[in-house]
Amino acid sequence: MDLFSDEYTDGNALAGPLRELFTVDMTSAVGRCVSCGGEGPVAGMKVYAQAPGLVARCPSCQEVLMRLVRGPSDAWLDLRGTMSLRIPMPPE
Amino acid sequence: MKLPPGQYLTEDFPVLTAGPTPRVPTDTWEFVVVTEAGEKHRWSWAELMALPSEQPTVDLHCVTKWSKLGTSWQGVSLDVLLDGVDTAADYVMVHSYGGYTTNLPFEDLRNGQAWIAYRFDGEDLHPEHGGPARLLVPHLYLWKSAKWVRGLRLTDEDEPGFWESAGYHDYGDPWREQRYQGD
Repeated sequence: MDLFSDEYTDGNALAGPLRELFTVDMTSAVGRCVSCGGEGPVAGMKVYAQAPGLVARCPSCQEVLMRLVRGPSDAWLDLRGTMSLRIPMPPE
Repeated sequence: MKLPPGQYLTEDFPVLTAGPTPRVPTDTWEFVVVTEAGEKHRWSWAELMALPSEQPTVDLHCVTKWSKLGTSWQGVSLDVLLDGVDTAADYVMVHSYGGYTTNLPFEDLRNGQAWIAYRFDGEDLHPEHGGPARLLVPHLYLWKSAKWVRGLRLTDEDEPGFWESAGYHDYGDPWREQRYQGD
């Protein structure tokens, strides 16, 4: 193992934690990055999980798209790096 | 041996990071203190190395609940670095290479409580642990001891940093178990 490897995983690591907050599968939602404007599915984000919370970064520019902190009785979701999330919905 | 509430003892040194590990060459590294009046104080790596250093042995307490006791460091006390800085600021925003930030009261950096640390356990500080230099402020949870430290912005008003704006406690005293907002 490379001692200095950056240990991140893909956005599928967000599936369970986001399932706690939303009633739909958020990994197929498409986010737009505030920093670079790039678009991509939540599943394609780079997720740093070895941290006090989950940090999802843009795969293009590395800026933070999402922070999710789970406390014992609250969750904090910071989306300031995400301009929008396009969430697939069932037909009305 | 006494641990803060809710903590467990570990012998290894877990690596936590909110993003890619910056590789900062010491020939371009600099540490900058900006006062509330906009006055800048800069130190190159060579200038940092020329300052008198200390070798504190301290206990580390991570908010993810591990504690590591009796860790050995070498670094320059913030008392030395801030000695010639004219300020009446009450707060500090710490900035790191890579974009990380954390906030704390200015007084928590003074009186032998904080260092810019560049050696751990007798060796140069590895990038995974924040090298070439990190803030070491061991009386607060370890997220306050910013890795890859780049500078301090001294301010009159308190502002939340990277984790403080996402649910973590503004101050983070492990002995009062100040993990999350409202603790």
